[in-house]
Amino acid sequence: METLQALAEPNRFQIVELLREGPRPVGDLVHRLGLRQPQVSKHLRVLSDAGLVDVRVDAQRRIYALRPAPLKALEVWIERYRRIWEANFERLDGVLEELKAKEKKRGRTKR
Amino acid sequence: MKNSGTLKVTTPSDREIAMTRIFDAPRHLVFEAWTKPELVKRWLYGPDDWRLEVCEMDLRVGGAARFVWRHSDGKAKDMGMSGVFREIAPPDRLVFTETWDDDWTGGEALNTLSFTEHSGKTTLTQTVRYSSRAARDGALKTGMEHGAAVSYDRLAELLKS
Repeated sequence: METLQALAEPNRFQIVELLREGPRPVGDLVHRLGLRQPQVSKHLRVLSDAGLVDVRVDAQRRIYALRPAPLKALEVWIERYRRIWEANFERLDGVLEELKAKEKKRGRTKR
Repeated sequence: MKNSGTLKVTTPSDREIAMTRIFDAPRHLVFEAWTKPELVKRWLYGPDDWRLEVCEMDLRVGGAARFVWRHSDGKAKDMGMSGVFREIAPPDRLVFTETWDDDWTGGEALNTLSFTEHSGKTTLTQTVRYSSRAARDGALKTGMEHGAAVSYDRLAELLKS
């Protein structure tokens, strides 16, 4: 639940995308997102609380890295997507039954 | 329903989403149900509380397609998508581009539908190729945000597993 909420915010989603390429110091994320440092730190705290990122301190820099959890998120997105399309295709099954019946009827009238 | 649960969704590459589903009908009918707007409107609307308000298809190579999905209570804003047909080969292949009004997919994506038939049953394979991995993930994620067919509890369960 927490993971999903954490990722639902577009800036945090983008942070995760950036970290997919490898660990980055906060300053780098600030620069790339075009947000102010306090905002970025707030987002990172949420991501960290959700277990999506890890932080280590190197000299005076705080470096953030992705934890394996985002892969799970991708699985969840795929499952969600699958359900939406399965709902579509179950209705399509119904439409096809109708088309088949119509075609059969037409076939009979021809003969 | 007899075919339910047979839908497979995979990510064959960083930029793609692929779906495979078997239908109990010959492929010319599946093709027809995918390309006649009055039929498409009856099934291609996602979660139950959405509907496909606009469905226009100029079914020729270079012809335009236009789709607009609307939430029944107006709780979410419309989702519009435009496309252009690239290949039309009934009943075995259909290729068209898709570009969303809210450009969450970072530009144009390419849809390839292939219909194969075996003893009266059709296997439909739908592949969408996005411009990048971020674009592909954006498309998957949007699927998660729209509609309310799946409870968040279910998703939380999945995250734990």
